[in-house]
Amino acid sequence: MSGTPVIEMRGITKSFPGVKALRGVSFACGRGEVHALCGENGAGKSTLIKILSGVYRPDAGEVLIDGETKHFSHPQQALLAGISVIYQEFSLLPERSVAQNLFLGREPLRNGLVDSKAMVAETRRVLGLFGVRHRIEPDTLVADLDVASQQMVEIAKAVSLNAKVIVMDEPTAALNEAECEVLFTLVEQLRASGTAIIYITHRMREVTRIADRVTVIKDGEVAGSFDQVPAPEAVVRAMVGRDISEYYPEPATPAEIGRPVLTVAGGNNSALRDINLELRAGEIVGFAGLQGAGRTALAMALFGAKSFATGTMTLDGETVKLNSPRDAIRAGIGMLPGDRKASALVLMQSVRDNGMLTARAFANLFGTADRNRFTDVDGMNALLDRIKVRAPSYEQEMRFLSGGNQQKAIVARWLALKPKVLIFIEPTRGIDVDAKASIYHLMRDLARAGTAVMMVSSDLPEILGASDRILVMREGRIVGEFGRSATETELMLAATGETDVAA
Amino acid sequence: MTDQTLARPEAKKRSLPHFNPVYVLVVALILAIIVMNPAFGEPTGYMNFLKRVTALAILSAGALYVIVSGGFDLSVGSIMTLTVIGSSMLASNDPNSTYWIIPLMLGIGAVVGLVNGLVVSYLKVPSLIATLGMMITLNGVAFMWSGGAPRGYLPDTFRFFGRYNITDVPVITLLPIAVICLFGFGAILWWGLHRTNFGRLLHAVGDNPQAARLAGVPVERVRISAFVVSALTAVLAGVILGGRAGVSVDIGSGFELQAITAAVIGGAQLLGGRGSVPATIAGALALEAIFTLLNLLGLAQPVRLVVQGLILIGAVALATYQRKRSGR
Repeated sequence: MSGTPVIEMRGITKSFPGVKALRGVSFACGRGEVHALCGENGAGKSTLIKILSGVYRPDAGEVLIDGETKHFSHPQQALLAGISVIYQEFSLLPERSVAQNLFLGREPLRNGLVDSKAMVAETRRVLGLFGVRHRIEPDTLVADLDVASQQMVEIAKAVSLNAKVIVMDEPTAALNEAECEVLFTLVEQLRASGTAIIYITHRMREVTRIADRVTVIKDGEVAGSFDQVPAPEAVVRAMVGRDISEYYPEPATPAEIGRPVLTVAGGNNSALRDINLELRAGEIVGFAGLQGAGRTALAMALFGAKSFATGTMTLDGETVKLNSPRDAIRAGIGMLPGDRKASALVLMQSVRDNGMLTARAFANLFGTADRNRFTDVDGMNALLDRIKVRAPSYEQEMRFLSGGNQQKAIVARWLALKPKVLIFIEPTRGIDVDAKASIYHLMRDLARAGTAVMMVSSDLPEILGASDRILVMREGRIVGEFGRSATETELMLAATGETDVAA
Repeated sequence: MTDQTLARPEAKKRSLPHFNPVYVLVVALILAIIVMNPAFGEPTGYMNFLKRVTALAILSAGALYVIVSGGFDLSVGSIMTLTVIGSSMLASNDPNSTYWIIPLMLGIGAVVGLVNGLVVSYLKVPSLIATLGMMITLNGVAFMWSGGAPRGYLPDTFRFFGRYNITDVPVITLLPIAVICLFGFGAILWWGLHRTNFGRLLHAVGDNPQAARLAGVPVERVRISAFVVSALTAVLAGVILGGRAGVSVDIGSGFELQAITAAVIGGAQLLGGRGSVPATIAGALALEAIFTLLNLLGLAQPVRLVVQGLILIGAVALATYQRKRSGR
């Protein structure tokens, strides 16, 4: 970094009633620099950005733009000073065209009327700057664009405002791998043109890929500041506040992998083609692939929610026909859905009730709720204790727990039933680093106890770190099988179909 | 970044003891009645009040099962009417008929509940519409059966449950059979909703049917059972109401909405997932106490309807607001 940073925040402190959100945080970003801002959920990243963009005012500390102290009392002022923030929820108007969104509130006028021609021309020019002119037409309605293109429009808007600083808040959250690459290229172009970029993420891969410097925030303080991008472990250690050399547990030894528990031969349905697979006791099999490649459809077929139309499925050597999740659970297959809020949690019920739900579903309807043949209240309490579900009380309603603790409670639901096969879909989506590690260890403990574990995940490092064997899916088929020594590139190539690797 | 609330709201949440404000409301209303009418403090006063509220209280506690499961049951009032009309038609003044009429009525109720549940679960008709249709149908059946005017009488053996008082009881002087029914059925319904697997699964289905299904809950069976429970309690409520008030062709009309109102006053979550039998019974007491107060103030039936409607809207609005504020 040379000269005065474009943006500098010094000793920022901010309190909310009852919480000190930020304590003496300093942060700077220079021209043509990508500065990654990392931290767990709730660490204070968002508060810092909201102070930068004028949404909040700091209790102490100052914000300097090009070396001058500024006091923003309104986001509009920050915008005029050249600070653009691209939030996870876009601020585009869906029923307006791309050009109209770009010029929202500052439409060029000619003879007192909006000069549409100038708007379209300028939009074309800006989109052309980063080579997406052929992808996005200025007249298209924003609602008709995919998420990645909408993000492009957000960035184009920032560029057309001559932003000196662009803040991107977890920009890849909704993007697939190919779209991420386009975004990274775009970020590199912006950097080359001298824009300062603050890039908020907790994905180490992205830090390594595009950041020049890294600042880690933990509990409202700067926990680590790196002028060069360090090894991912160093960043994660700063985020979590302890050494996590055991982030991913040890893989299974060959001796631990046992007999095949579940096999599918020639499985087909509307979303799946010719599925042949084998899940073995003691093994964690990771399923990688792009969105819509059929991984979730496969999980749903195995779980009886959307069964195979043809093909045979065996469980412990016996042919089974599963017509509902209830059939699957009775046969010994469990599943943790990817969208916890929509598909796994009963949010108004207690943590313990969530844990006991499936056990109760298979008990005598008019028997006592306190105990059944799988577990009882004390047993569930002990289980929740053992897997360290953090709640003030297990009587607490589920909705007040953090994502990580909610997920652990759902794991407890299945642990109580001791399934033969357990399917995890995006097991760590939206939960923080610390809780992720414990989910991986829970998965491994289950495998060690003889369960066959299937893990569907879009997070490649997670696939590589937590699986014993990796299957890649594309267009409803299993197109590749890899060991845990595979690389992300190999998996990506198989997932996108650049090269076909025989299963 | 959206998934975390962490320790902050939890701490605040725990410091507040869980106490349902409906109980305070009931006590306040009863005190107000006693102030206006001291005779209410005498056993005959409050026992007659309890006797009057029994049918609604039992009905509401049963209808709560459907509300907790995420539906509505608008057919309960018409089941009460059918019970009273049907029983009077079948009894033909034979005191011994009661012993087969009540089981028969319970059987009819079970069938009605089963049909409601099947239509909602498998034909996917929204429960509001399905049970509205059932309500109109059953009112028509009762009307046809009676030929338009109530005929026949209910024998004393039938009216025993709604009308008879045990007298010369120490301390409380008299004890209506209806009040014993209130406590007895109230306890059974409490046990069913709060102490059995069925009750917990009902909560889960009302809270998030998709999650319940993926957790292995037999969602249809649970929902259908809720409608059967609701219909059976409506028969019981009909027996007690018929016993107390005698035969008339529209005896049950309006009870379906009173039951929902009572549940909502008791803090039940419309659209499912939360509700309490004791609080719902307290809600029924509160509603009846409000009506008694209006009566004492000399306000007539139309005012009752206005007040009931406003309470229903107000209670739901308040509950929705509180829920929005306290979580997602």
